[in-house]
Amino acid sequence: MKMPGKMLPKIFGFIFKKPVTVLYPKERLTPPKGLRGKMKFHLERCIHCGLCSHDCPSGACTMQLITGDKKQPVFDLDFCTFCAQCEEVCPKDAIEMTTEFELAHYKRGEAIVK
Amino acid sequence: MIWLANVKIPIGPQHPALKEPENFTITLDGEKVVDADIRIGYTHRGIEKLIETRNYIQNLYLIERICGICSFTHTQNYVQNVETILNIQIPRRAEYIRTLFLELERLHSHLLWMGVAGHEIGFDTLFMYTWQDRELVQDILEFISGNRVNYAMNTIGGVRRDISEDQKKKILETMIYLEKRAAYYKEVAVNEKTILARCQGVGILKPEIALKLSAVGPTARASGVDVDIRRDDPHAAYADTPFQVITTDTCDVFGRFVVRVLELFESINIIRHLMNNLPTGEIKAKAPRKVPEGEAISHTEAPRGEDIHYLRSNGTDKPERYKVRTPTMANLLSISEMLKGTYLADVPIIVAGIDPCMGCMDRVLVLKEGKENQPGYLLDWEHLRRYGIQWYAEKGGRIQ
Repeated sequence: MKMPGKMLPKIFGFIFKKPVTVLYPKERLTPPKGLRGKMKFHLERCIHCGLCSHDCPSGACTMQLITGDKKQPVFDLDFCTFCAQCEEVCPKDAIEMTTEFELAHYKRGEAIVK
Repeated sequence: MIWLANVKIPIGPQHPALKEPENFTITLDGEKVVDADIRIGYTHRGIEKLIETRNYIQNLYLIERICGICSFTHTQNYVQNVETILNIQIPRRAEYIRTLFLELERLHSHLLWMGVAGHEIGFDTLFMYTWQDRELVQDILEFISGNRVNYAMNTIGGVRRDISEDQKKKILETMIYLEKRAAYYKEVAVNEKTILARCQGVGILKPEIALKLSAVGPTARASGVDVDIRRDDPHAAYADTPFQVITTDTCDVFGRFVVRVLELFESINIIRHLMNNLPTGEIKAKAPRKVPEGEAISHTEAPRGEDIHYLRSNGTDKPERYKVRTPTMANLLSISEMLKGTYLADVPIIVAGIDPCMGCMDRVLVLKEGKENQPGYLLDWEHLRRYGIQWYAEKGGRIQ
């Protein structure tokens, strides 16, 4: 007859090991270099073509009139799915994804990248 | 005990034993399940209709969100369909990277399933162990693609990110550790009494019934049906990758456990082969935005089984019709066959045994209008109110 507790030696081994998780606000894991976090927009490189808002799957990127007489992309992170399609489609590399991932905020409309 | 004969109990849509909402009406004789009826449609999301309103690039990310676990296999099907209609050649390197993702996804899906199965049989230690190992696979996915779950890696004409040398090294290093862990699970699965007692002889699905109900993937393979799309109709880079199709003949939940554990080894070997033979060159071919008129059908082996997508285009930048048949849809009918003759306590593990993904599977339920006092009769609000009052009055359970 097979006895229960085939895993017991491993289980006891784990008691003396350090936890796998970290205490988040005190300790932080560094995200990998390629993480798709909050985007950065370089207005000086933008040619106002609107491809980013055309291809945005979630409607986070819209063309709005902010300064000057040409529309520029505005990113609402409440809608963003962080697929980085805008970064890929941009012909002048005006959009850049950073590794910033702590984007919690209190109200709608607070997390907007211009 | 006459009064206990054939009691109907509803399990779901909301039920603690189910991970996703779906309705199972179980007819019980004492503690034995006599009959099981499945009613779908609770988590229908209307993705197929939504696809028709978006352009081909936007749809990549929508189709990725059909499933949270096997998201890559859905985009793989979609890009295969679009590429077939566009008639473009994909670079070999892109094909290899796609295959790598499909296999990494299979690894983490199978590890996830083992955890869920362990949890359903009250063996939470296994759940903790497998999910800890799954985290390593997700770290690799995040390291390569930048996202843990919906990788946004596939695009029409190739993949979006390349694999560097140190990424390759990290993948191969992790595979050594995961192989050790998979060997441990293999040993545990056949020796641990907790698993054997709850899984052996539970949820029997005979091969001929599996074929008749068109079961797919590990569910079919555990019943001895030798079917695998990766071998039968190779997509991506599977044609030049050697691997074995795992089948067992136990036909029960234990067989499904063993098939998935052994598939971990196959996936690890495939990933090793891909990484050691990664061709050099481009990762993306240029693709036009508008897709000419045409239709295409594509199927891939998702972690849960065969996944079929159909696309009809009309020459614009939006699809005309898109149809998805997820593996759970094919496996769902076999649940009702597996449940017959088992005990009520085994229902959760049998339902979890096919690795169901209700959110991917759900379809609209169209009711045919029937006559009064017959199945399918639709009540209006006033009628329903009167019916309710009458029903409670007959039971005597409500004060008038």
